[in-house]
Formats: sequence, C-alpha cells, structure tokens
Amino acid sequence: MAESTFKLTVVSPERLVVSEEVEAAQVPGKNGYLGILPGHAPMMTELDIGELSYRQGDRTGYLALTWGYCEVLSDQVIVLAERAERAEEVDLERAQASMERARKRLSNLRDTDTDFLRARTSLQRALIRVQVSQKADGDG
Amino acid sequence: MPNVLDIRRRIRSVRNTQQITKAMKMVSAAKLRRAQEAILRARPYAGRILEVVRSLMARSEIRRHPLLEKREEKNIQLVVVTADKGLCGAFNANIVKAAEGFIREKEDQSLDLFCVGRKGLDYFGKRTTPIRHRQVNLFQRIEYGHAREITGKLVSQFLSGERDAVYLLYNEFKSVIQQRIVVERLLPIPPITLSPEQNPVDYIYEQPASEILNTLMPRHVEVQVFRALLESSAAEHGARMTAMDAATNNAVEMIESLTLTMNRARQAGITKEIIEVVSGAAALT
Repeated sequence: MAESTFKLTVVSPERLVVSEEVEAAQVPGKNGYLGILPGHAPMMTELDIGELSYRQGDRTGYLALTWGYCEVLSDQVIVLAERAERAEEVDLERAQASMERARKRLSNLRDTDTDFLRARTSLQRALIRVQVSQKADGDG
Repeated sequence: MPNVLDIRRRIRSVRNTQQITKAMKMVSAAKLRRAQEAILRARPYAGRILEVVRSLMARSEIRRHPLLEKREEKNIQLVVVTADKGLCGAFNANIVKAAEGFIREKEDQSLDLFCVGRKGLDYFGKRTTPIRHRQVNLFQRIEYGHAREITGKLVSQFLSGERDAVYLLYNEFKSVIQQRIVVERLLPIPPITLSPEQNPVDYIYEQPASEILNTLMPRHVEVQVFRALLESSAAEHGARMTAMDAATNNAVEMIESLTLTMNRARQAGITKEIIEVVSGAAALT
C-alpha cells in the first residue's frame, strides 16, 4: 500500500526552504509543469523558472523558483533551486519594479540581441514572483 | 620625572582604544555566528548537488565532460580570496604569502590573478603579476549571485581554452582561533569519486542525462566557490575576533602599567612636597 504523503525538501544555496510531509506537489519542469503524487516513479528533471506548489491537507504552499533540479525518489522529493522564495517572502514592490524594467528593456531590443534573452528571463522571473506573492493571502 | 598629567592623558587614550577594540570584538563575534550559520545552511544544497552529479556519472555512459578535461597547464588563473577589511591579525598577510608562494612555484607557466576581496587587490595591484578580474566589497553580504558571477567568468575562460587550470586559494574556517589556508583546483574539476555502495536508482530522465550533467557541472563549481566565500568570511570574523581580543587584553595591561607609573609619579611628587615643607620648617627652627 502506497503512503499517502511524501517528504518534500526544497533547498537553495542560502538555506533550507521547505522540509515537510506533503500530499501532492506541482513543480515547474523544463518541459512543462508536472504534478507529483506519493508513489511516483523515481525521476530526475531540470526545472525552469516557475511556481512550485504543494498541498498538505487543505493548506497549499507556493514558492517562486528560479531554475533548479527536481529529484523524485520513492518516498521523497528533493528540489535543488538556485533561488526559492516562499509566497509571503516575495517583495512585491521590487518584483513589480523589476517587471516594469524588464518590459521596458524588452520593447527596445530586437530578439536577436544577446540582452534580449536576459531581459526575457528577468521578466519571467518577475512575473512568477508577482504571481506567487498574490497567492500568499489565501495561505493560512 | 614623568608628568602626571601626561600619563593621565595617555591612559585616557588607551582606554578609548580599548573600548573600540572591545566593541569590534563583539561585532565580530556576532558576525561570526551568522557566517557559521550560513555555512551550515549552504551544506544541504552542496551535498545534494554532489550526490546528483555522482549518481548521474555512475549511471550514465558519460564520463567525459569539457569541465573535467585535463590539459597541459600553460595558462593558469589563481583566485585569491582575501578580506575587504584589515584589522584581523595575520589573516590577509597569510593568504598573500601563500599566493606569492604559489606564483613562485608556477613561475614557468603564465599566470594571472582573480582577486576577490579588497586587501588582495591592494597588495597585488602594486606587484607585477597581472590581475585579470577583481571582485571587491562582497563580504558585507555574501550572496549566491556573487559565486555565480565569479564562476561564470572562470568557466567561460576555461571552456574557450584561454586558461588550462583554475586554482582557488582561501582561508578555511577551522575554529575561532584557527584558519587553514587551502589551495584547491577548481577547473578542471578533480575526478569525482563514485561511492561503490551507492545503489543506482533507475530514474526516468525528463531530459537526457548528458544534458542535465551539462548544466549541473557549472553549478557544482559555483557551489564550491560559494562555500569558499562563506568559509573565508567566517574565518575572517574569527581572525578579527581573536585579534581584537588580544588588542583589548594588551590595552588592559598597558593601562595597568601606566596607572602604576602615574601613581608612582604622584607619590614622588607628594613626598617631594612634604620634604620641602619639613625641611622649610626645620630651617626656621
């Protein structure tokens, strides 16, 4: 009989962000979001910039991730994230400011520029942070 | 005979210095604690990265990777991690000395420096060894981004063939009173030993294993640079704490001996005055 929970560990170089028993998690895989339930087959994937969510009872936690790896083992999921912020930690003002900045920069660049990619990445990052931080209110 | 007033002034000045060194010691102690916590917090990530690299290499056919490739070391870069500030005993002097030794050892090869921390830059800026890159004022607040930035430069130079090897020189935090100077080869990445007892899990790879390894390798280097920065910062605060503790103790000693001299001078003055009064009175009778 499969367990009904698994251990989710999210570590960034600066700290341990999450270490909890959860019932389900959704991670931003490089090839698209994927949901993980207990008893998932061992898997390894690269993560993209995106939102990681996990459910535990009726509580859902959100994290803004910037690139990382996800390793799924039989009873635990380990996420190595280059940066991970809990929804309530996101500095909304800063995220919005950097979103604006990136938008402005993007409109001046052609998509052949090397800076284009960088600007697009930072826009993506800012968008995710804003999106995640807006979900913080619903979280107990 | 020393002047009592002068000595008193001296004592006051020493006491002021003592207060400063004492405060600095306290500040360093607090910062040291924080730096140590940062090292501990960074540990799980570093451990996991290494483990993932290991398990990937154990399972996949790929043993070769551009960052693992050994070449004849003609062009070398040395990353010297010093502090941004002084007043920490022999901390910076030791690392600079070690760097000089390393440079002498590699005399036949072409070598340049990557100075991290202001003190190393100050020293080598006046020397002949070329400084290729510099990064200062980062020890106020060490972020992972710093390590990424430094590593990015190192990796791209290595991959382009401009540099054949990169070494890292820093102070490792052993204990509050002890630092150890470490020279590590960053690139090419030293062979990663595969632990035999590790049972290979059969993963589903969303991306080809080689692709994951490709992005993972530079991260592995980043983590090492990051750890070196944290270690160096903790070691710096430890060194400063001991140096300031010694300075405070010296000040206490100095105040004691000065007080003794002052009291002696005062006593001598009083004795002299009494003798004058007594002999004056004796002369009258």
